[in-house]
Amino acid sequence: MVTSLPAQVRRPPKAAKPPKSSPARRTGPLGLVGLLALPMTWLVGVYIFSLVMLLVTAFWTTDPFTSKVKPGFTFRNFEQIFQNSAYLSTSLRTLGIALLVTALSILFAVPLGIFMAKIAAPWLRAVLAVAVTLPLWAGYLVKILAMRVTFTEGGFFNWLMAPLGVSGPGFSITTVVLTLTYLWFPYMAIPVYTAIRQIPVNLFDASADMGARSWRTIRTVVLPLIRPAIIAGSIFTFSLSLGDYLAARFVGGTTQMIGSVIASNINLNPPIAAAFSVVPIVFVVVYLVGVRRTGALDRM
Amino acid sequence: MLRLSRPAKIGLGLIVALVLAFLYVPLFLVVLNAFNGARIAAWPVTDFSLRWWEAAFTSEAIRLAVLNSVIVGLGATAIALLLGTLVAFALQRYSFFGKQTVNLLVVLPIALPGIVTGVALNNTYNQILEPAGIQVGYFGMIIAHATFCIVMVFNNVLARLRRLNPSVEEASMDLGARPWQTFRFITFPQFRSAFAAGGLLAFALSFDEVVVTIFTAPPGVDTLPLWIMNQMARPNEASVVNVVATVIIVASLIPVWVSQRLGRDVTER
Repeated sequence: MVTSLPAQVRRPPKAAKPPKSSPARRTGPLGLVGLLALPMTWLVGVYIFSLVMLLVTAFWTTDPFTSKVKPGFTFRNFEQIFQNSAYLSTSLRTLGIALLVTALSILFAVPLGIFMAKIAAPWLRAVLAVAVTLPLWAGYLVKILAMRVTFTEGGFFNWLMAPLGVSGPGFSITTVVLTLTYLWFPYMAIPVYTAIRQIPVNLFDASADMGARSWRTIRTVVLPLIRPAIIAGSIFTFSLSLGDYLAARFVGGTTQMIGSVIASNINLNPPIAAAFSVVPIVFVVVYLVGVRRTGALDRM
Repeated sequence: MLRLSRPAKIGLGLIVALVLAFLYVPLFLVVLNAFNGARIAAWPVTDFSLRWWEAAFTSEAIRLAVLNSVIVGLGATAIALLLGTLVAFALQRYSFFGKQTVNLLVVLPIALPGIVTGVALNNTYNQILEPAGIQVGYFGMIIAHATFCIVMVFNNVLARLRRLNPSVEEASMDLGARPWQTFRFITFPQFRSAFAAGGLLAFALSFDEVVVTIFTAPPGVDTLPLWIMNQMARPNEASVVNVVATVIIVASLIPVWVSQRLGRDVTER
């Protein structure tokens, strides 16, 4: 990686732009190679190397008797993902959960953002901004614990619903979706709110002057303008939900997600765990490539 | 101004109230259950007691877990501060082939699911380094955490560097300052608060991380999240975990307060 970045590729100063001193002079003793050498050695040498080795392991086999990993080349592990109906349905279930969590987050983040940015008084806006950010710091497991306490058998939710004769979802796939939404919602809410705040007020005036009602203004003015923010938020809600398995483990009852399968195989059968971890990578990469041209990645 | 009809405003207000309730009622229940004398979290709470607080503060396991989390967090943050700042400078000061790729490479460790990072590093540690006679042990965790913390520092520092006025540095150079002096006295003070904010975010991210940690922690070593997870996995989770969770919830106010202050620091300039 480092060797492919020769020092000559520095941009020559352009005449059209305001005069700029040569970048080399401004960075001091470290040139581009000097700046990138250490981080790239780390990211490529540790991280990318590990990802590649994981991919390689996915083609290896496990000795069924000693459960020792044997190098080789087989597509069997990948075939398993498609042939084993439990594995296939787990992949599809996980994808469905991740999409549902993303949809729910958008559904709540947009009204919240509109309220905060355009209706709430300045003091209320400040309070809400803190209120939405705060749970982000409260701790991942703390929040799973909180959902567990809320939805447990003799817990708050069932107590609240008892007078209505309704019993809560207990520990099930519904609770997994709710918990993941609970966990990742701020990642959607904050960029959406920021984007709505940045919409110039006169656009709303123009829309209203031309006779659009509130719903129409939201649909034709607000939504198209906050699309990049929604996409940026969805990268988090989608990717984070896709790889999660502790929510499924602690509030999901018998619900299995891709992560559950990887985690339960990592010690017994590393090649199948490796093959299975390619599934979320493929989902995320397809998603990232899909949204890349929208320019949303530059905002991350 | 966005003109909304009265029913639309009320509807939006109700959604906001629902979202706030959804965000805060579960956390409130955890805090309440920390004072629940019963062994298992329940509702309504009938027996208020401080016995779990006493148990938490005298627990050697919790003390060790906190210590591990702090050591790993500080180690990972130190590495992330160095690497994240270097990449931010490279991307802001130079234009080169593969710039997008480098950017993607930094974001990748948090863009990919944690379990993939965890399993990949676990695979490298156990199937490649260990047979080669290299035991990463405790450092495996720090290496893993540093990898996904780089992006936090990178994002903050890069955003600040983009807003800096290059003439200030040029003036420093023109006045005869050496490159190192310019960096030390001119450049660094200008992005110091972003550097600190990035470090804080990196530490918070590391302190909270559990999925990658599960796969990279050496046997028998618990970070605080691992300790919480093991408690939750027990059939009758002792209420002491609610006490630890409550302390984390209260402690989470600190980074919010600090980042608000750092944010103000920026706008005042």
